[in-house]
Amino acid sequence: MTKLPEADALCEKLAGELRPLVKSTTAMIGLYTGGAWLAERLHALLALREPLGLMDIAFYRDDYHAQGLHHDPKRTKIPFDVSGRDLLLVDDVLYTGRTVRAAMNELFDWGRPASISLVVLADRGGRQLPICAQHVGARVDVPAGMRLRLKREEGGKLALVLEPQRAA
Amino acid sequence: MQRSPQLNAKGELQHLLSIEGLPRDILLQILDTAESFVGVTEREVKKVPLLRGKSVFNLFFEPSTRTRTTFEIAAKRLSADVINLNITVSSQTKGESLLDTVANLSAMQADIFIVRHEASGAPFLIARHVKPHEHVINAGDGRHAHPTQGLLDLFTIRHYKKDFSRLTVAIVGDILHSRVARSLIHGLTTLGVPEVRVIAPQTLLPAGVEALGVRVFHDMRQGLKDCDVVVMLRLQNERMRGALLPSAQEYFKHYGLSADKLAVARRDAIVMHPGPMNRGVEIDSTVADGPHSVILPQVTFGIAVRMAVMSIVAGN
Repeated sequence: MTKLPEADALCEKLAGELRPLVKSTTAMIGLYTGGAWLAERLHALLALREPLGLMDIAFYRDDYHAQGLHHDPKRTKIPFDVSGRDLLLVDDVLYTGRTVRAAMNELFDWGRPASISLVVLADRGGRQLPICAQHVGARVDVPAGMRLRLKREEGGKLALVLEPQRAA
Repeated sequence: MQRSPQLNAKGELQHLLSIEGLPRDILLQILDTAESFVGVTEREVKKVPLLRGKSVFNLFFEPSTRTRTTFEIAAKRLSADVINLNITVSSQTKGESLLDTVANLSAMQADIFIVRHEASGAPFLIARHVKPHEHVINAGDGRHAHPTQGLLDLFTIRHYKKDFSRLTVAIVGDILHSRVARSLIHGLTTLGVPEVRVIAPQTLLPAGVEALGVRVFHDMRQGLKDCDVVVMLRLQNERMRGALLPSAQEYFKHYGLSADKLAVARRDAIVMHPGPMNRGVEIDSTVADGPHSVILPQVTFGIAVRMAVMSIVAGN
């Protein structure tokens, strides 16, 4: 069994790494569901001035024609103008890169940010697109057929968990 | 058990033909998805790429401006190509059959057919004959159903009232000829509204309407008492000629929604109308334009609801 790093410790590490980079134009957007939890945590640790944005990329997924629309998409809420912002895009696990591509496509329908940096708790490799994260909590080896995801326990504690991949 | 003609083998929505027979979880899936699409309409770019490269054919065998336009806007916001066909002035007048018309459009690589037809059941007939990747959405068939209107009404009610489980909803007017009323009654009962009332003169009620699970009233002040939601229906002028009603003035006196009749409903009641409105016949202008009215938000929500339906069926 792979030993997974402590999510809370990785949060602290990422916050420490991001703190000196925060500018007046910095704003944060978390991707549902795991990325939103992580973003809530980081947003509080960094005490960012702009309210947190939350994004569900269901309408931009590239597997819509094969998989159909996901049930219960959340409503994307970005309570600030993204134009000219230096955005921190936050997700829990970086894998194929397809979610990040979809998120960037959606972001540009909201406006033209000055820059986007990707912040992830865990990078498990396996990229299928030319995408990399600027801020990584940890690199994690994931056995074939397994899925790595962030879980939020009662009391709000975050934890990385491995579970069997669902059949597509 | 025979499968509903609107669902595929996995029980997912393949066509939207009627709210009747749709399970609660699919109704909620549509309403939840529509909620996310409302967010899209608040952005700088009011478009998502879901139906890029797909063709949506608006097949209107009966005139309509609002429904056709909102379907067109919805399809365009999903990045589909939209083709509007006004069939009343087209091949049908030359004698082509309904299925031949559809077969020809299918040969032009259609993906979604939006169908309005004066004959009840026409969209069902088309749905039985289209190819597996094609989808049919009923935009109103005869007196039978108008499911997207029913869904947008449900969406509007949930938006303002949040919880279906403690509501009293009254539907007022020409229930007999209304496809909107039927669709809405099915939706409200499926989603657990404890009290659905219909208020109308006997001549405008279908026989055995109680079997749909509604309480019948013939008097506005009794029927509207303590209602949370009042849905007014359009009185079609042609009904006057059919001797069902004495006159528009007489109708307004008894069944037109005026501020004093509305006063017996709850203080925070909302008033809805599917449009087009006959001011001074079924609704007074002071109510239509007043603080209880959510008639214009209904139109806006209709776009998000139609985006949700199209994107769900096209993905299944």
